[in-house]
Amino acid sequence: MAEIKTQDFTAASKAAINNPKLRRALDRVASGFEVARLDRVAEATPEVWERWKQEARDIKAHTIEHLDYYLDLLYTNVTAAGGHLHFAKDAAQANEIVAHIARTRNVKIATKSKSMVSEELGLNPVLEAVGVEVWETDLGEYIIQLAGETPSHLVAPALHKSKEDVAELFAEKLGIPYDEDIFHMAATAREVLRDKFMEADLGISGANFVIAETGTLVIITNEGNGRLCTSAPRIHIGITGMEKVIPSLQDLSIFLRLLPQSATGQRITSYVSMTTGPRRSDDEDGPEEFHLVLVDNGRSRMLADPALREALYCIRCGACLNICPVYARVGGHAYGWVYPGPIGAVVSPMLVGLKKAKELPQASSLCGACREVCPIKIDIPKMFLHLRNQTAESPDPNLRSAPIVERTMAKMYARLMSSPRLLGLSRRFGRALQLAEGMIPFSPLIKDGKWIRMAPLPPLSKWTRSRDLPALPKQSFHDIWKKELSRDDS
Amino acid sequence: MTRKSNITADLFVTCVIDQLYPEVGVSVVKVLRRLGVAVGFPQDQTCCGQPVYNTGYNHEARTLAKRVLEQFRDSQYVVVPSGSCAATLRVFYLELFADDSQLLGEAKALATKTYEFSEFLVKVLKVEDASACGASYHGTATYHPSCHLLREMEVKEEPKKLLRSVPGLEEKELEGAEICCGFGGTFSVKFPHISEEMVADKIANVQASGADTLVSCDMSCLMNIGGALNRQDSGIKVRHLAQILDHESE
Repeated sequence: MAEIKTQDFTAASKAAINNPKLRRALDRVASGFEVARLDRVAEATPEVWERWKQEARDIKAHTIEHLDYYLDLLYTNVTAAGGHLHFAKDAAQANEIVAHIARTRNVKIATKSKSMVSEELGLNPVLEAVGVEVWETDLGEYIIQLAGETPSHLVAPALHKSKEDVAELFAEKLGIPYDEDIFHMAATAREVLRDKFMEADLGISGANFVIAETGTLVIITNEGNGRLCTSAPRIHIGITGMEKVIPSLQDLSIFLRLLPQSATGQRITSYVSMTTGPRRSDDEDGPEEFHLVLVDNGRSRMLADPALREALYCIRCGACLNICPVYARVGGHAYGWVYPGPIGAVVSPMLVGLKKAKELPQASSLCGACREVCPIKIDIPKMFLHLRNQTAESPDPNLRSAPIVERTMAKMYARLMSSPRLLGLSRRFGRALQLAEGMIPFSPLIKDGKWIRMAPLPPLSKWTRSRDLPALPKQSFHDIWKKELSRDDS
Repeated sequence: MTRKSNITADLFVTCVIDQLYPEVGVSVVKVLRRLGVAVGFPQDQTCCGQPVYNTGYNHEARTLAKRVLEQFRDSQYVVVPSGSCAATLRVFYLELFADDSQLLGEAKALATKTYEFSEFLVKVLKVEDASACGASYHGTATYHPSCHLLREMEVKEEPKKLLRSVPGLEEKELEGAEICCGFGGTFSVKFPHISEEMVADKIANVQASGADTLVSCDMSCLMNIGGALNRQDSGIKVRHLAQILDHESE
């Protein structure tokens, strides 16, 4: 499985915030996608958009509720088309299936189109270890492969890199003169990759959707690289999560609209490639073998939990990343694993373990913007609350990991707020402290008796790092009500 | 000025207003009374439990929620001058008591009679024009729609409608209005480095709006935005909508 650094969220997010180049890239690309998405919503009209969303959600909900049935149907139809369907319970098993195919078919070169699941599995090093040269052919993926990095966005993997960064990278890795013209750089990548498409023995793709009734793998791309990967080499392996199955080709149509419109604001992508089985005897070209590897790798745990199941409806459009005010500041790498942003902060804890990724569901102001833009209406904030609750209260020691200080504070807070008398006493104590402090000349802590400039202890000292905090006024509303308001004189 | 109605509303003032901004509570009471509402205030009330609920402590949140259910059991209406506390009563209590049919019944009863302040004015009292509350305000104002009011309560137009109708008030547009201010309860102290960045963007937009007053329906967001403005010695005032509608407090 890909390296897990979710434990380092706080440190990584601090570093990201101090990186002005990253902020510029995030502002430009992610916000640009959101502006374009809003155009599509306006074009469809919000009422129609809402209907599309519900239709898509209904299809996903139905399929996930009957996942065993549709996986069975898919198996039947992939096999009937002459393909092979493999189920992998975890990353190691999935990698072994692919490596086994590569070894036994004497594969030397593999071309890949974009696949987040292969990133999740950490597939490339496994293939390299069995002597396969692996080439990412999506331009963004190619860039980060050259840089030895991981994707920072679901649909724009190299979003964190500026064109200057890429020009430097190409100069260094490809030994060409520095040239920051985007068209020239794309042409360079094209030239390198064209040869590889022709030489490759194995093409690896992800899948945006898999159709149960026909056994068809569907990928949506903008560069045409997906089609080359799935048709030119003698073997094609599709790898995806088992939740990507949908019942029928008819069900696909709504997603062909919603996915690109939500992802990049495009009405439709440049290429929609559908693959059903290997080449048939009367086909002029196409792979001799077709394999589909469906990966569980923790997804059954999501399926088993009714509160988290709907995370499996995700179509990886990235709209929640583009709108998220937290993602906009920390970028994708801070999330520490393959899936960033709001949906990543739900999916990662489920796939790598909540204890290792416990900060991710906390790193949200619960503003709800992600739920608003999600084309499948996934209630991400509700799942954050569920995961926070598991962190705080679960009887399972593998889930519960809230620090004892926090648990104690929650208990003390509930105790305090359960007793108006205790609250009143604490208030008087707080006022006394404030007044005493106010008598110190040139006190740095309180300004004008009204504002606390520097709170002495956490958590409030965290607040006053950059914000003032109102001091306790002389009277509470309770006091005023009793004295002046309880009788209605109006 | 005073209208007559046979509406009785109990105020859930919220702990933030009770402890830190009592003048907002006073304005809420005055405005409601001017509109002919008989205002009650159950005196044992404290906090709705949102801070513990949002941090995952459902056991503690239930303890506090039960108090609210009990105190407002007999209310005709419950008015809450905060979008996020109103959302706690109306939306989150249903989650908290999902497995307890009796308390869920009580939570549902509370949910149907709970209104956020601006929503109550427009939907229940049918106030179309702020001059009905005797409001007038000389200045320029811009409005920050708080996230829970907008996306949990789905109250979007009501506060703007009221604000726009205040005689003398000139409304200024706020860029990025619907982007969170970065408060998020315990989020603001768990991840201060992210929260600070968010509020920095918010106050930059508030300053760019050219308004002298920032209005919202949530004092916790205003505590965040106002605290950041004050740290920079900005002269921009932050006000709850009720304070604008209660001209006497200005």
